[in-house]
Amino acid sequence: MTILTRAEAGQASVSRRKKRLLAFAFVVPLLLFLLLSFVAPIASMLWRSVYHPTVAELIPITLERLGQWDGTGTPEPATLAVFVEELHGLAKERRSGKLAEELNRTQAGMSSMVKSTARRVGRLSPEELQQQGVQTLLDAHRNWSRTETWLAVQRAGQVYTYNYYLTALDLELHPEHGIQARDTEIYRQLYAKTLKMALAITALCALLGYPLAYYLASLPSNRANLLLVLVLLPFWTSLLVRTTAWIALLQTNGVINSFLQGIGLIAAPFEMLYTSFATVLAMTHILLPFMILPLYSVMRGIDPSYLRAALSLGARPLPAFARIYFPMTLPGLSAGALLVFIISVGYYITPALVGGTDGQMISNIIAFHMQSSNNWELAAALGSLLLALILLLYWVYDRFVGAGSIKLG
Amino acid sequence: MKTPSYYGFWHHLGNRLLKLFSWLVLLFLILPILVIVPLSFNAEPFFSFTEGMLRLQPDAWSLRWYEQVFSDPRWLLAIKNSFIIGFFATLLATVLGTCAAVGLARAEMPLRRFITALLLSPMIVPLIITAAGMFFFYSSLNLAGSHLGVIIAHAALGTPFVIITVTATLTGFDYSLARAALNLGASPLRVFLDVILPLIRPGVISGALFAFITSFDEVVVVLFMAGPQQRTIPRQMFSGLREQINPSILAVATLLILLSIVLLLTLELLRRRAERMRGIEIPQ
Amino acid sequence: MARSLTTSVSAFALSAALAAASLTASAQESLTVVSWGGAYGAAQQKHVIDPFQKDTGVRVLFEDYSGGIAEMKAQVESGNIQWDVVDFEVIDLERACSEGLLEEVPRDILPPGDDGTPAAEDFIPEALASECAVGNIVWSVVFAYNERTIGGTKAETLADFFDTAKIPGKRALRKRPQVNMEWALLADGVAPEDVYEVLGTPEGQQRAFAKLDTLKKDIVWFESWSQAPQLLNDGGAVLVQSANGRFYDSIRQEGKPFVIVWDGHVYDLDAWAVLKGTPKKDLAFKFIAYATQSKPLAGMPDVAYGPTRKSSMPLADQSAAPHLPTAHLDEGIQAGSEFWADHGESLGERFNEWLLK
Repeated sequence: MTILTRAEAGQASVSRRKKRLLAFAFVVPLLLFLLLSFVAPIASMLWRSVYHPTVAELIPITLERLGQWDGTGTPEPATLAVFVEELHGLAKERRSGKLAEELNRTQAGMSSMVKSTARRVGRLSPEELQQQGVQTLLDAHRNWSRTETWLAVQRAGQVYTYNYYLTALDLELHPEHGIQARDTEIYRQLYAKTLKMALAITALCALLGYPLAYYLASLPSNRANLLLVLVLLPFWTSLLVRTTAWIALLQTNGVINSFLQGIGLIAAPFEMLYTSFATVLAMTHILLPFMILPLYSVMRGIDPSYLRAALSLGARPLPAFARIYFPMTLPGLSAGALLVFIISVGYYITPALVGGTDGQMISNIIAFHMQSSNNWELAAALGSLLLALILLLYWVYDRFVGAGSIKLG
Repeated sequence: MKTPSYYGFWHHLGNRLLKLFSWLVLLFLILPILVIVPLSFNAEPFFSFTEGMLRLQPDAWSLRWYEQVFSDPRWLLAIKNSFIIGFFATLLATVLGTCAAVGLARAEMPLRRFITALLLSPMIVPLIITAAGMFFFYSSLNLAGSHLGVIIAHAALGTPFVIITVTATLTGFDYSLARAALNLGASPLRVFLDVILPLIRPGVISGALFAFITSFDEVVVVLFMAGPQQRTIPRQMFSGLREQINPSILAVATLLILLSIVLLLTLELLRRRAERMRGIEIPQ
Repeated sequence: MARSLTTSVSAFALSAALAAASLTASAQESLTVVSWGGAYGAAQQKHVIDPFQKDTGVRVLFEDYSGGIAEMKAQVESGNIQWDVVDFEVIDLERACSEGLLEEVPRDILPPGDDGTPAAEDFIPEALASECAVGNIVWSVVFAYNERTIGGTKAETLADFFDTAKIPGKRALRKRPQVNMEWALLADGVAPEDVYEVLGTPEGQQRAFAKLDTLKKDIVWFESWSQAPQLLNDGGAVLVQSANGRFYDSIRQEGKPFVIVWDGHVYDLDAWAVLKGTPKKDLAFKFIAYATQSKPLAGMPDVAYGPTRKSSMPLADQSAAPHLPTAHLDEGIQAGSEFWADHGESLGERFNEWLLK
């Protein structure tokens, strides 16, 4: 071994650093690109789940005055007058609907109250507003003289909030009892259902994929390659095409029902489309290649002579398979299972098209809050919970399988 | 394979059952896709076989849904958009992804594991989350509802596939070739183009194909972020399936199946070529 | 190695430039108009969109949606405006208008009728009731059955729709509280004139949900009116809710054995409105003025929708007259636009929770 002089060592470390920088320089363009196009959007969405200034921007003075209110009885008339004035302004600018929507999230039912009140207040002339504004407010709905209403307004006005996470976990903040469960449990059930369906899909993929991969691995390689095309073709076929296929198959008047009726096996058609059964079936079909490919590549690498040796030494086939072959295929099985599970937990398109009301998963409710109820903050909160789950699974995958070892056909 | 004598009757039966089961699974994989093809020639506006079709009456079969697709301006716009967006997204993803894969494959790469996981994450994060985030972020940049926005989004989703395929061809890559070329006075660009690129070309091309199909098949981001001007084929299919099921979707689906067969064959040829090339370059 | 970076950067710049070029190439003056597709969309394409494109040279992107205000809200609130002109159900209109999603449509853009009547007198008053839109048709939500699948007992009243003992089988409804809540109350015996008053009270809402509960397991939900004729045709449901024109078109164009039940129908207007903040506001107004002239509106009775201009009726196909909602007004109620503006949100939320239960 040669001993380096200090200068030489320094040189080596400089050149090593240079090499590291060079390697890193190759990655920088993509890294920057993904940070801007992919990471930043997701981060901004997560931020949205806790930062919510809308109400504070709509009724700033009211909120400021409510800050001095002691939280008992109703706020003093001057505060109410300020609120009526702000509401009047919003109604004129057609922004009272936004306020109604926001307040409704803190307390269900407030939307129609705010809207009908805004309609009345909006009709007042400036003088009338001065003189009978507060009275109009209190006459418009009895709830305006309740303490809870104003507590809700106060709560909705918080700029930083974890309320959406509470809602996403079916909890609510009670003014006296603190955090408690909501009456109706929606999202926890949905998460549970999503996990259950993802598990079912993963299990089905394993049950169908394992024997097939085993069979393919036992064939001579050119024949196996030929049959592998039958696995790869669905893999390469558009997701929408495969979903369309399942719709055509499962419809009330679809291929399967008319076939079964045609041969006289059933009298009335089955309801298969728009159920969770349809979701699980179609997704198993779509994700099966993700299970088969890693299994196959692991099984191909296993020398069949191990098993043969065990058998010739007198081991019975099943125990030999279970003790010798199966453990060797575990890396492939876990890689495939984790991948299938990760993908199916966050799936959107297929459940949306074939799932009906019954087969919806958590992604669909996120899409619902994005597109139909316009509750973007709740969508963001639900999304970040889902993201946390996925990242946890991805971390497990990376640890045990290695993210870099994902195989594509 | 000849069955050794210690394989008993049960084992034999087991093998038969395995073969039967495997073929059933293969049928399960392939039949649903094949069923679409004849259905797309339906003369009636239904998603199922009519009696006439089963009796093979010629008038029960027709090309009307294909005609409809190619005369509907919405489908034509969608087809054009899918190819424009797919092309540029592929270009972007392939250039950035290949470059990054070359860096990742170097032994000196710092934080390799973390960076790999980060760069591959667009493949793992549920599309609904990506799409929702992009909707807000790109809207604030005025990029939502533009071709450029969709191209950038799709390029981001396609890069993991390029990294994976290029990395696969780079494992076992002999850097001494590149070093030798550098020592002989070639410029780094020349080295990349003339030495490295030819060796990894199969990986780059198959990565590009994956990136293309990713963009070509992507619907969630388009659904959230794109406007009517950026309608793509899958987006058009999605709304068709939700709103008005008619067999023109099946006609498009059949064309897409043809396309995937072409892509699959291309990939297979590439794989064989890569195997051959490796066999020559690195005799083992 | 830095050079290869330069190439990738320049390739990126090139691709961006090309993408931009392909964009400008397609940026001929265009307008995105959104409506309901299906038979109605086809009639609009023929009588409104095509003539407009021919006369003005503007390229119209004619899109479908399936109602509600959510998509427009998302566009306006995110500042990512994609739609210019939208065909609203008036049941959704007041809500969109009061939430600031729409531009005010000036009345002076509307030309007089073909017979010379000034616009203000030519339009029925309901068509100009909201400052955010101009009404174009009168239509109605009805239900229908298929002679082939109904069996022995035919449906005659709205009560039959909720009576699964009398007529067994699935019912198909559009997935929203609007009209369904009204139907529940009407079928439960609430007098037509009291429906909205009752529905405004917590007890009334309870009552409507309770009535819907009795039917819940037999309901097939669909998203868009276009799906309805298909459901009735392929036996997905025995009684199907839809817009009267959808059924009319299937009966007339495809000879389907569908029978429309008018009892308890909820009639409403459709109206053209302009999304707030669209960069093509003036062109959008021009489109609305064009689309609501006597002649384009005279094409709407093709699908059994009544035109909102009195001057259109003489120009229209008279054979549709008995099938227009206006011929059945005494059997139904008018949709409550203001009611749903105030209650759309709260009831929408409760409805969704009820669905998930």
